[in-house]
This record gives sequence, C-alpha cells and structure tokens, in this order.
Amino acid sequence: MVKMVEAPEGVEGQGFFATSLDKVIGMARANSLWPLPFATSCCGIEFMATMGANYDLARFGSERLSFSPRQADLLMVMGTIAKKMGPVLKQVYDQMAEPKWVIAVGACASSGGIFDTYSVLQGIDRIIPVDVYVPGCPPRPEQIIEGVMKIQDLARNENLRRRNSDEYKKMLESYNIETL
Amino acid sequence: MSMAELNNENVLKALTDTFGDAILHSEMQFGMLNVEIPADRNLDIIGWLKSNESLKMEFLTDLCAVHYPEQKGRELAVVYHLHSWTKNYRMRIKCFISAQKPEIASLTGLYNAANWMERETFDFYGVQFSGHPDLRRILNMDEMDYHPLLKQYALEDETRDDKDDSFFGR
Repeated sequence: MVKMVEAPEGVEGQGFFATSLDKVIGMARANSLWPLPFATSCCGIEFMATMGANYDLARFGSERLSFSPRQADLLMVMGTIAKKMGPVLKQVYDQMAEPKWVIAVGACASSGGIFDTYSVLQGIDRIIPVDVYVPGCPPRPEQIIEGVMKIQDLARNENLRRRNSDEYKKMLESYNIETL
Repeated sequence: MSMAELNNENVLKALTDTFGDAILHSEMQFGMLNVEIPADRNLDIIGWLKSNESLKMEFLTDLCAVHYPEQKGRELAVVYHLHSWTKNYRMRIKCFISAQKPEIASLTGLYNAANWMERETFDFYGVQFSGHPDLRRILNMDEMDYHPLLKQYALEDETRDDKDDSFFGR
C-alpha cells in the first residue's frame, strides 16, 4: 500500500489550498533527503542493512544516495574518524550545498567511542556541526532510521530564514567554516 | 661455509665466526634466534646475511622499534625480522640506540621493503634513519609534533576535558 505524505496545515476550499511556504518546502525537503554515506567502519555495515530491503530507508524518500557532496542534503558519518581523516570530512561538509544536515551514527562518530587515543578524533562535532547523534556501538538499523526521522523533523520544521541568520553564521564561524 | 639446512646453532656460529665481538648478545625466544649487534654495524651484518650464498636472508619481514625508557643510553631497540625464503629460516636482529641521538643507518639500499617500515618507525618512535630517501610521517597526521609511541606520551587523547579520571581508575 502506498502511503502518501499528509498535506501540511492550511486553509482549504473549492479549487484552492493555502498554507505557508515554510511548510510546503519543509515537507518537500523532509521527504527527499539525499544522504551522503561517509562510512568508515562497522556502523557503515549497519547502514548497508538500513538501506537494504528489510529496513529500506527508501521508504523515507532517502533511497537516492549521493556520493558527491554537491548533490547531498544529509551527511551521514558512520564510524571512527581518525584525526588524519578530519580535514577530508570537513572538506566534504564544506562542499555540500545549503541546506545541509549532519547525523553522527554510533559512538565513534559521536564521541570517539572506545578509541580514546591520540590518533582518533574525539567526536566529529569537533570539526563540523552535528544535528543528530545516534548512540550505539554499532546502532541497529532501527536506531539509524530513528535518527534519519529526527533529521526529517528538523527539515520539516526549519524556518526558511534560519540559514541566513546571524546565529547560524556565528555557529559556522565557531567551526572555522567560511560563510558567504 | 656450506650448510645443508639452517638452524639456530649453525647460523649463530656462522655469525660469530664472521663478525666475532660484533655479536654482542644472542638468545633463543620461542625457538627463534635473536642477535644483538652494534647499531653502527647494521648495514654490513644484515647485508652479509642477505648476500651470503648459504643464508640468503632476502626478505625483510618486519622492521620496528621498542622503547625501553629505563635502559639509560640504550632506550630504543630497532628490531629487524629476517626471513630466508630459499632456506626456510627466520631470525631477529636487534640494535640499541639512545633516545637522545636516535640515529641508525637506513636499510633502504638493501631492501625496498625498508622504505615504508622505516617511515613508520620514524613516525611512531622518532628514529632517524640516515640515508633514507624520504623520511617523513606515513600513518599519523603531518601536523603531529611528537612521536606518540614513546612512553613519555600518554596514549589517551589529551584534548578531552569531559572525562573524570576517578570514573576510570586513573
């Protein structure tokens, strides 16, 4: 059975439907998130299960993985990020176009996990802003789907002006990310 | 010297017959011959082991270092694992150098395999391999300003401030 997305709140009459632009765009964005899988270890394997037929992330409009950052909306970081790989991850984030969201899947991406050691980045939020953290070592596909659904909530309810705000620019500047 | 089959006894005898006092120490560990030689003799002794017709130690299995901070003046051991494919024999060579002047000749002229392994040993222990064509870090990030496996440095990431040591028994 095909389940359609419900229309946002609005005023409906014969031959017209009125709602706010925010809600229409939010609905469209939330149901067509293109993820960029940045999979470095076992959490990436769980993600493969998440994309597979049993769990099927495509149900949420995210079946189109983008291996180019330029067409991606959602950066999914799954696995240990070594300090040497940090600049690579940051460049991938930089290359993504706004609006963009980041999800840190698993203990390593969120906090370094068990790898409290000189060579491992202690959480990707040291170099890029993160919207949703998924705990687990590794998390089950259900948890990854929950994380993606949280990102959908963020996308659906985001103010269209948020990414032009001073607050957002300040947040990016705190990560030494250039803003236009 | 001709040996039908190599074993720890006849290899050690061949080494002491040829190099005498330069064989500083020898022992068997897990059935494998360990020989300590002076650091400034590594090239000619290992070169001889490689080129000698009855030994033919033509494969450098591994090259690494060990840090013994309590051994003053000989804190760093550079360890070579040699393997003779044709004679089916393995052995270990150790050279000790001081942490103040961690220098030893590079084996890149003898074995191409030494190139990356010496870079790794430099990366983690700061051993300077003189004569190496491209001695720079290989595994750690280029910006790192110390050699992390020297024991004076903590294993843990030192930039973390959210860990209460009392929860970790430290």
